[in-house]
Amino acid sequence: MMQTVLVLTAVIFSLAAGGAIIRIARGPSLLDRVLAADVLLAILGGALCVDMAVNRHLNNLMLVVAISIIGFIGSVTVARFVADRREQPNES
Amino acid sequence: MSPDATGLDFWIDLVSAAFMVVGAILSLGAAIGLLRFPDLLSRMHAATKPQVLGLFLLLAAIGLQMRSWWVWPVLVVAWIFQLLTVPVSAHMVGRAGYRTKHLHRELLTADELEAVVQKAAAKTAREDGSGDGQVR
Repeated sequence: MMQTVLVLTAVIFSLAAGGAIIRIARGPSLLDRVLAADVLLAILGGALCVDMAVNRHLNNLMLVVAISIIGFIGSVTVARFVADRREQPNES
Repeated sequence: MSPDATGLDFWIDLVSAAFMVVGAILSLGAAIGLLRFPDLLSRMHAATKPQVLGLFLLLAAIGLQMRSWWVWPVLVVAWIFQLLTVPVSAHMVGRAGYRTKHLHRELLTADELEAVVQKAAAKTAREDGSGDGQVR
């Protein structure tokens, strides 16, 4: 059962990561890209969690904790220094 | 665990497998929401699903699969820090998106920030005298 779950979650996570990467590449504004990068980080953490749960090891647990503690700094920094360079609003 | 708990083992496996699949589907939902929603604020709504509930389900799956109690405090620490830090980044991104007008105003049902912004603009205009009244 666990191998089936592993394959199923791998497929779902790959599709989700692909969608987030498409939004990073296509996002009309910088904030959309930052948000999609946050989602990509969450997907990465989720994939690490699934790997640990299926294979029953805890090698990546500290990495997951570190992601949850300091993962917000990047988006906060970018959101702090974002500037409005567009001509007309509501184009996104 | 007690030695005659093979049935219990099966059920714990089943519950953690369901948690993992649902957590992965939440990530997929966030990706679909990122691709399909029209503006930044609604995309932020979709983006919080794997960050809070998805991470909770996957951490619970780890705790169920490891079959030991001592991992649970570490998992709770990870989830609580996620709960503490995700609103900070969401607040900053939301305020920056509002400030740079990355939103469709016709989709809003209530805009409580506009009154605050106008009040602050009026206050700075009064204090500056000839200030431009822009609040950034």
